Amino acid sequence: MQTIDEKIGQHEPEVMLPERMIDGEYDNRSITTKIDSIILNNKFTKGWLLALALGAGALGVMVLTLVLLVFVGIGLWGVNVPVGWGFDIINFVWWIGIGHAGTLISAILLLMRQRWRTSINRLAETMTLFAVMCAGLFPLFHTGRPWVAYWLFPYPNALGVWPQFRSPLVWDVFAVSTYLTVSALFWYMGLIPDIAGLRDKVRSRVMQMTTGMLAMGWRGSVGHWHRYESAYLLLAGLSTPLVVSVHSIVSLDFAVSILPGWHATIFPPYFVAGAVYAGFAMVLNFVIPIRKWYNLEDFITIKHIDWMAKIMLTTGLIVFYGYIMEAFYAWYSGNIYEWYMMYNRAFGPYMYLYWGLIFCNGLVPQFLWSRKIRLNMAWLWVISLIVGVGMWLERFVIVPVSLHRDFMPSSWGMYNPTIFDISMFVGTFGLFITGMVLYFRFVPIIPVAEMKHQLHAEHDEAHAGAGGHH
Amino acid sequence: MSHAPAALQPTTYGLLAAFESPEALAAATKKAREEGYVAMDAFTPFAVEGLADEIGTRDDRVPWIVFISGMTGAALGFLLQVYVHAYDYPMNVGGRPDISWPSFIPVTFECGILAAALSALVGMLALNGLPRPHHPLFGTKSFSRVTDDRFFLCIESTDPKFDSARTREFLASIGAETIEEVEA
Repeated sequence: MQTIDEKIGQHEPEVMLPERMIDGEYDNRSITTKIDSIILNNKFTKGWLLALALGAGALGVMVLTLVLLVFVGIGLWGVNVPVGWGFDIINFVWWIGIGHAGTLISAILLLMRQRWRTSINRLAETMTLFAVMCAGLFPLFHTGRPWVAYWLFPYPNALGVWPQFRSPLVWDVFAVSTYLTVSALFWYMGLIPDIAGLRDKVRSRVMQMTTGMLAMGWRGSVGHWHRYESAYLLLAGLSTPLVVSVHSIVSLDFAVSILPGWHATIFPPYFVAGAVYAGFAMVLNFVIPIRKWYNLEDFITIKHIDWMAKIMLTTGLIVFYGYIMEAFYAWYSGNIYEWYMMYNRAFGPYMYLYWGLIFCNGLVPQFLWSRKIRLNMAWLWVISLIVGVGMWLERFVIVPVSLHRDFMPSSWGMYNPTIFDISMFVGTFGLFITGMVLYFRFVPIIPVAEMKHQLHAEHDEAHAGAGGHH
Repeated sequence: MSHAPAALQPTTYGLLAAFESPEALAAATKKAREEGYVAMDAFTPFAVEGLADEIGTRDDRVPWIVFISGMTGAALGFLLQVYVHAYDYPMNVGGRPDISWPSFIPVTFECGILAAALSALVGMLALNGLPRPHHPLFGTKSFSRVTDDRFFLCIESTDPKFDSARTREFLASIGAETIEEVEA
């Protein structure tokens, strides 16, 4: 019997994966030039301006929504009894998850000495930063009085009250704010040598001052590098448990409650896997067009894409296992409320969302078993998009669908998002896209110093290989 | 600097030699050490393994700073929760003990990570003497390539063996591409 690969690939020449992670002939200078020229050529392409306009437009929608939300109140959103958590929490969890791939790529792959991360880590880390900002906006405005959000932090105050530290919602505040801070530190630290590189190239006085200040006087001294590498590795080591803790704590917002559909011990690992899965999908959604538009195919090779697709498939399988287990637990518990929750998910008023979720996260990723599809940029892009949608559906199925059927039928209700729920969600895309577009133009997309390090290492390996025996 | 009286010639910070590759730089550093130079520093566009040992700027304090800060942060985070829930405002929730430590773990952990991460960046910068807006090396022509494709060795004038002419000759003999005097 033929495999899918053979059926699709019969008439096409085999796509060859490059042997090294930097494809093509480069030296230290051409790496600098290639990456920095995107910033230094002072060109604003039409495509870039269009993307910025799109992002800024959507960001404007968000600003309008927030203004109205503050003046009128969160009654503008569709949340009410019994569904008190709607789009705000769905989108919060979804965005936080998107951010997690950034930390996974930059920290965990660094610890595992996976050098291929170099080409994509800056992009993924930047994504993390903006995704966490988008995420944070939802609970911040869901409080209804964002101007007193500082009440969430413990500080001695005239009221004499403190946050309740036994509550997962307070854990969440600590986890998300630590995550944002540490991600920003990690991002900035990785940038220091590259900003110094720009400082040594820019001509205008303003740019010299700006980059000069941001580079902090980095001279690339051996002692600098020695301490830098040690601190960077430590940050990676700290971010790794951090990222696992953040999404575990997010899942505890649900799991610590007694609501059927939320109260499950599988939540922390299943949420973390889902986060990485959605995050890699988002990285692919960005990387596939970006490497083409900025001619970065030699640095972000087809092999990178292939490996990312494989990680997506793996985490997708874990997530799918989670869905199966949820159904199994509901049946095995022998609890009528648990079992009804599961029945209601699959055959209740929101059944189309549940089956959409199974389609997006259970079936579609199976195409990634095929090498042909992993290496086909258009297909992979579409699959990544579907994965993103699937993960959003998952959060919908977990949050409002569990809430809308309370223990007593007298407390049943339906959740209908309003136009303001939607405009807020669209608005966060505006923030995300605006941030990413500015990053593409004003920050080295790929870490320059690390690429040179990698080039050097690959060069050494090639020589050792040419020697033959080792 | 231009305001200095003519009699006070700008003193030399050192001699800056450029090399083409990290290997050439490592070899040159080794030779300079063998020659007896001690006050020197090397500068590279990316981290080159082993050079810190060669130059003698190996420094393993960063991990200790991070470890101690992390532990302190975690301890303070835990003590804060104990203070709040057991001393300042005890609240009986479902008959749990005031110091219900398992539910204090997430915040303790996050406080530890936050303190450790902040100290990693701040500690690294402080030990490196950064931020430092200006440095004599930035006054040279060739040094802008340190973030591009050149590897530098700077023998400083504070070295007891330093002699403008002889050191320059020595640097040329070990294969320096360009040699430049750095004004202090």
